[in-house]
Amino acid sequence: MSEPGAADGGIGAADGSLPLGGDTSPAKALAWRGISFEERMASVDFRVGGRAHITVDSDVCRSCTTRGCVTACPANLFAPTSDGGILFNYEECFECGACYMVCNHEGAITWTYPDGGHGVVFHHG
Amino acid sequence: MAESADFDAVVVGAGPAGSSAALALARAGRSVVMVERGPFPGSKNVYGGVVYGRVLDDIIPAWWSEVPVERWVVRRSTMMMTEDQSLAIDYRSHAWGVAPYNGMTTVRSHFDSWLAGKATEAGARLVTSTVATGLVRDGAGRVIGVRTDRDGAELHAPVVIACDGVNSLLAKEAGLLPHAEASHYTLGVKEVLDLPAEVINDRFGVRGHEGVDIEILGCTRGIPGGGFLYTNAETVSIGVVASLPHLSDAKVRPEELIADLKAHPSIAPLLRGATLREYAAHLIPEGGYDTMPPLATDGMLVAGDSAAMTLAAGLWLEGVNFAIGSGYAAGRAADRAVTAGDCSARGLASYRADLEQQFVLADHKRLRKAPALVLSERIQQRYPGLLCDLAEGMFTVTNPSPKAGGLRITRAAAAKHGVKLRELAADTLRGLRIFG
Repeated sequence: MSEPGAADGGIGAADGSLPLGGDTSPAKALAWRGISFEERMASVDFRVGGRAHITVDSDVCRSCTTRGCVTACPANLFAPTSDGGILFNYEECFECGACYMVCNHEGAITWTYPDGGHGVVFHHG
Repeated sequence: MAESADFDAVVVGAGPAGSSAALALARAGRSVVMVERGPFPGSKNVYGGVVYGRVLDDIIPAWWSEVPVERWVVRRSTMMMTEDQSLAIDYRSHAWGVAPYNGMTTVRSHFDSWLAGKATEAGARLVTSTVATGLVRDGAGRVIGVRTDRDGAELHAPVVIACDGVNSLLAKEAGLLPHAEASHYTLGVKEVLDLPAEVINDRFGVRGHEGVDIEILGCTRGIPGGGFLYTNAETVSIGVVASLPHLSDAKVRPEELIADLKAHPSIAPLLRGATLREYAAHLIPEGGYDTMPPLATDGMLVAGDSAAMTLAAGLWLEGVNFAIGSGYAAGRAADRAVTAGDCSARGLASYRADLEQQFVLADHKRLRKAPALVLSERIQQRYPGLLCDLAEGMFTVTNPSPKAGGLRITRAAAAKHGVKLRELAADTLRGLRIFG
């Protein structure tokens, strides 16, 4: 079984290239039958903007016991921190909305769209 | 874009709902602008298999001769599976492979751009890479336009048509949709895999532009949902849809479910050697009729996924056609309201009345109890295995023991999966009531 683990995000660069040192990346743990999570995400065109379109109030997250966002996020962008908070990386986001939908703590996740023209671009959706 | 821009209507989102709305308005001679947040129409969109084209017949005559199709679906299969069994009902039709066709597979960046092109050809204006960040209201609270992220520029019009998709921030801002109600949504994840056309043809038993759509039940570890596999020209798309709260509670990551399905003995041989082209994820509004928002408020209409119009009724899984049908009707209603000089909720009410007269709301209303049945515990966790075991019991030759009767096999299969015959009968009746 996979451990969402403490992926510190930044999986892959904006141009979709694989990050260096992939062997040591926690994302490696998300490999499923021959395809690593990095390879999976590297197949997607992300045009990363300069503004974080989703923000997480880690103080609110500290009181959360369910942490639904951590497993539901298909891009695996939510990482629990050692002090009980949540670290969020906005760069490779599908903009699906699963995170704020499953979040049961008012105000923990502020969700908007990336600026126009930025974010995920599906070519084969 | 001039801040004083003045249109008869602003359409937010250039997906199939938005483009259809803009097309209807432009054809009526209205000035209309579509605001699309992606760099091109379809760039934010993902779907799960088939676009059913009948809705286009009246809107774009002979649409099939120009639509960007991948394959025409001639085989429709509904498959139930356990970890190591599967049972499929596989229908094949010659008629579906010739004009006017039934359903097609396509790629949303192509299809949505084509449909948006129809709107712009008719005179609609398309502004891409622009987010409608919020509603503009007058002193009485009526919607009179949208604010954009282009230096905060506003677009004013007597009607705004929100076709901004499943997360519709505009419908939420207008108070029509709840902020977050996870139980009304499923998460879909999809892999598009490269596979040569001739290999697809051989493995799926088709040729030329013929295609296959397989819908699957029982492949989601008991999490309410399902899977799909369909053929494109030179790729195949495989995906899984899972109830959002159940997925979250199960602590199962979505890509695990896809990996399970790809490794299934009935699926793996079809995909051997296929390589990942693109991974995608999207929410789907699967709650159906009872979760739809009010479709109109003063100065604003809601269409497509923004209005929860995806039909997820087990046997029928449709969405793009509902987006087109609702979008076009919204455009026509907006035109009538502008003509009458009344764009209040009352003035826009003909939109809903129109949808009730056609498939969009008629199908949804008739199948309003289907999503709950399809996602129910027995359908999801027990019946796929029960039916597979029933097939195994019927088709396993037990010589020298004599054959067991059908009732005995049914009893055994039901007992094994913890289903009482009474429950089986009740669910059959319930299914007949909903689908019959």
